Amino acid sequence: MNIDQIKKEFPIFDNKVQNNDLVYLDSANSSQKPRIVIDRIYDFYSKEFSNVGRSVHYLAVAATNLYEQTRNSVQKYINASDKNEIVFTKGATEAINLVANTFGQKYLDEGDEVLITELEHHSNYVPWHFLRKSKKINIEFAEVNEQGEVTLEEIKKKITDRTKIICVTHLSNVTGAILPIKEIVSFAHSKGIPVLVDGCQGAPHLKLDMQDLDCDFYAISGHKMYGPTGIGVLYAKKKWLEDLPPYQGGGGMIREVKKKGISYGELPNKYEAGTMATAQVIAFNESIKFLEKIGIENIEKHEKELLDYAVDLLGKNNSVNIIGNPKNKGGVISFTIEGIHPHDIATILDEDGVAIRAGHHCCQILHEKLGLPATARASFGVYNTKDDIDQLNKSINNCKKIFNLK
Amino acid sequence: MNLKELYQEIILEHGKNPRNLRKTDNFTRDAKGNNPLCGDNVHIYLKLNDNNKVEDISFEGNGCAISMASASIMTDLVRGKEEKEVKEIVTDFLDMIKEKDELSTELLNEDEKTKLMCLSGVKQYPMRVKCATLSWHTLTSAMNNSQEITSTED
Ligand SMILES: Cc1ncc(COP(=O)(O)O)c(C=O)c1O
Repeated sequence: MNIDQIKKEFPIFDNKVQNNDLVYLDSANSSQKPRIVIDRIYDFYSKEFSNVGRSVHYLAVAATNLYEQTRNSVQKYINASDKNEIVFTKGATEAINLVANTFGQKYLDEGDEVLITELEHHSNYVPWHFLRKSKKINIEFAEVNEQGEVTLEEIKKKITDRTKIICVTHLSNVTGAILPIKEIVSFAHSKGIPVLVDGCQGAPHLKLDMQDLDCDFYAISGHKMYGPTGIGVLYAKKKWLEDLPPYQGGGGMIREVKKKGISYGELPNKYEAGTMATAQVIAFNESIKFLEKIGIENIEKHEKELLDYAVDLLGKNNSVNIIGNPKNKGGVISFTIEGIHPHDIATILDEDGVAIRAGHHCCQILHEKLGLPATARASFGVYNTKDDIDQLNKSINNCKKIFNLK
Repeated sequence: MNLKELYQEIILEHGKNPRNLRKTDNFTRDAKGNNPLCGDNVHIYLKLNDNNKVEDISFEGNGCAISMASASIMTDLVRGKEEKEVKEIVTDFLDMIKEKDELSTELLNEDEKTKLMCLSGVKQYPMRVKCATLSWHTLTSAMNNSQEITSTED
């Protein structure tokens, strides 16, 4: 795998940022886009645009076919058993809201428990909080351990007779911990409890196989997978999509509308109300092709090498404190430097063209547990190199110099 | 852009050893402020005497060097000022951060103005302006004895 070649496919790296080469270490937030994805949006709007699934003219039929081709690609990419198990959303946030809303409506009542973890992104907590308000359900938190991971044992400990659904992240966007999803699902199913996985950080970096994982719901964010913004995927087992009520109402999701009553459309239309992000869905197909061309196994290996290199290098930097030390870890390093606030770190790094994120990364529960109001975070993508990490370390040393630290 | 302008010695020094980082005994007014996006937070305590003069002012909280230094310098400068004067200084500082090149208030001496101007480096860093202004907005709330939490995100 030739990273220089791959990097050339991303136009963002052709330009200087404040006279520096861009060292982009914020892919956990959102990834950069390869040219084929960018071009696909332009081409679709210039030559092929039409709304999908409604009119019968040539452009409409062609656009509908392209739109459905992405569904086929996603199905294949994540090894779902049926293409109708793929629902397009505006992002992972909407995917989780869809489940919380519809599952909550049908299956959650006062006193029922939703089990989440302290690692969850706000988008896998707040939608459940709504139900705490509207239906008086309880939310339980599986705790994070010293290493920054949530274990199967911890999940088992928190399951009760009232647990109705378990919602866990695949890969923590703060500590990088990869959770034992397959084992969690298998145990949960033995108790008859469905599992939702927030796969935002899993999908761009790990090989996915829905039939093997066997989870009930898996939320994906397109913009973190080298795809456009405004597109996400909810994978859900067909039995759930058939069983649960619709989410949003409007055009496209109905079968028949009468003054007295309405019947809903078949899958997948039932969950795709209104005009969808058509161009983005179609361009997302190119992201999948891009990932397939490189091979997710190769990406995993590359990012693991970068991670090991970075943990080693930053670990030797005596002021840097890396948050968590999970056994199974993805390409995310959150850190603090004694005596320098993460926002000051981010501003100083930015001056060298090094783009990282500082803050709570939408994980306030975890930061509260860590006793830190904020951390700095470097996260990797397919285009990163060891040079990027060397530059990160160099810029961190520059921070220390500015703040007169040893 | 110039990091040296942003992180001047005075800022680093105040950031590291903030003045008045404590809680005033028998404070008469207080207010909390936060910066939801970055997690900075500040709690300002004021004690006004019978003549409406700031007898003591202090703060608790945590945040980046800029926000800590800003709160530290601010609390030093408004002690002993009357309520009306405090408001004038706050307005003058916020105007300077927003658009004006200099401070125009006559309530501060040149030395004090120079100190405050050290914070003007944030003008080149739009994302960091709110770090410099958080404690000032919160001071305004405290003066008005507002129970609402000041947020820089509205
Ligand atoms: C772990 C995790 N979950 C959920 C989200 C939200 O995803 P989206 O931006 O697609 O709504 C993110 C992205 O910020 C994330 O990192």
